[in-house]
Amino acid sequence: MGIAVHGITKRFGDFVALDNVSLEIPTGELVALLGPSGCGKTTLLRIIAGMESADAGQVLFSGEEATHLHARERQVGFVFQHYALFRHMSVFENVAFGLRVKPRGQRLPEPEIRERVMSLLKLVQLDWLAQRYPSQLSGGQRQRIALARALAVEPKVLLLDEPFGALDTQVRKELRRWLRRLHDEMHIASIFVTHDQEEALEVADRVVVLNRGQIEQVGSPDEVYAHPASPFVFRFLGNVNVFHSRMHGAWADVAQEVPRTEGHGDSIAFVRPHDIELERKQATGSIKAQVRHVQPIGPTVRVELEHDGEIVEVDLTRDRHETLRLQSGETVWMRPRQVKVFSAKA
Amino acid sequence: MRKANVLPGLRLGLGYTLTYLSILVLIPIAALILKSASVSPEQFWQIATGTRAMASYRVTFGASLIAASINAVFGLIVAWVLVRYTFPGKRLIDALVDLPFALPTAVAGITLATLYSGNGWIGQFLEPLGLKVAFTPLGIVVALTFITLPFVVRTLQPVIEDIEPEAEDAAASLGASRWQTWMRVIFPTIFPALLTGFTLGLSRAIGEFGSVIFIAGNMPLISEITPLLIISKLEQYDLPGATVLAVVMLIVSFVLLLTINILQWWTAQRQSGDGGASEPMPAPVVQAA
Repeated sequence: MGIAVHGITKRFGDFVALDNVSLEIPTGELVALLGPSGCGKTTLLRIIAGMESADAGQVLFSGEEATHLHARERQVGFVFQHYALFRHMSVFENVAFGLRVKPRGQRLPEPEIRERVMSLLKLVQLDWLAQRYPSQLSGGQRQRIALARALAVEPKVLLLDEPFGALDTQVRKELRRWLRRLHDEMHIASIFVTHDQEEALEVADRVVVLNRGQIEQVGSPDEVYAHPASPFVFRFLGNVNVFHSRMHGAWADVAQEVPRTEGHGDSIAFVRPHDIELERKQATGSIKAQVRHVQPIGPTVRVELEHDGEIVEVDLTRDRHETLRLQSGETVWMRPRQVKVFSAKA
Repeated sequence: MRKANVLPGLRLGLGYTLTYLSILVLIPIAALILKSASVSPEQFWQIATGTRAMASYRVTFGASLIAASINAVFGLIVAWVLVRYTFPGKRLIDALVDLPFALPTAVAGITLATLYSGNGWIGQFLEPLGLKVAFTPLGIVVALTFITLPFVVRTLQPVIEDIEPEAEDAAASLGASRWQTWMRVIFPTIFPALLTGFTLGLSRAIGEFGSVIFIAGNMPLISEITPLLIISKLEQYDLPGATVLAVVMLIVSFVLLLTINILQWWTAQRQSGDGGASEPMPAPVVQAA
């Protein structure tokens, strides 16, 4: 079953949280809503879940109108950033909640509820914690319980609101992989909200980049990273160096270099830190800069350069750093391997 | 083993606490019990179970229980509305809740008696309906309800503020109706605090004197509260009789409070699930009768 939203608009007072957003998500797809805080991604998720109502627009579940359905009738599983487990219930009762509140006619008999809950707890590998209370669990365990609770009602759609936001890096990595596996087994449409580009690129089938209530780009993780549709997407997905330049017909003038572009007027050229080559000798199209700082960060070495009063970051591989052995204060020549130029108006 | 603590002086603090409690609570209570020991057990039983005494217990504890229960229900509603909704004049109403704390109890009693008497503003409408409030046990309930209103409201407010709205969203997304969300998610969360507020209100009501005597009518066997009976015994220089009744009140209050405290500890333990070590609620205070 797929989800579709058409022309969703939501305002909070004068603030436009979502501005005419349309999106379609087929069954089986895991989609990331990516954007900075305040971009409207959580609001969109809550509107799909029925916890917030849109000022305009439609929500469709497998083609059926669901815009005005109450949250409890939508059959969505929702996972919150801060787990939102019921504090006064044991882990078992938390997971069983969705089964116990069903109307009498549809409610499973007690032994079946028991069986179902235990199998879900096994699925999240926490069946040994069934009798504990949420306050006795770690963050990662709580989030897995929250997921088990959401899956208990066999939702058609799984919505996750920054599910790993409150966890530490190690746990987060593990849970990401685990969510991916779980999603593939369940064959449902899942949407998760995140502001972490690495998370979105790693887990999702498709990434939706949101900014100020509007969709900037929709595409596969590789597409949005390699071919950003706007300066915002370029900036948001990974580190980037910005060169202010002028476009001359087919060429943009980045200092002395001249990458290909279209149009006229002021422009901005974006270059990723790992897409810059450093040399000690001048070559055609290379730009002069001064080394300010050399800092090894994990597998790469970050070199901070100064060019024309602006700071440029360059990531070198360890090997390259070994052969170059740059010192602070020396002059180098940098050559961008890949440049993306946008008109400054965009 | 003593655990290292940021704040020094555990022993000093403990010693201070014990001394303070002894001087303020234990010594007067001990004196009271000693005094009552001057009568023989048979006499004690006779005084404690006299018809007038028994009637006064029923009035005191009965009216207090009813008043505390009324406030448990309506105080909960007031607290809920004050936390969850915004409306003009909200701050004013929030401040009004504390008024029964500040008003001298005698003033409250006289005011209520005037309002509810046969020709009072409210009484004139109730009397034709056959409802006599002033100078009846019903009047005692009204006075005690007024006096104990702030307890439930003020203990519940912070707890209701603390409820994560997300828990309600989670319940809704799992298919729970509003009623199920209230009964299974919200109410269990605030129940320990409600119990605390109820207990505080109840103990205050049992010890209340000033407001009641003005509205009760103070008819023996009908609307005479135990504290008043104690006073009248004192006025007749029947000191042993007064202390016996005081001790009975003390014991009943203590047993009531202890029971509710244990209940509270039990629910809090279930909620935190870690042995109740982090129990957030203040222990209710026994009010001297």
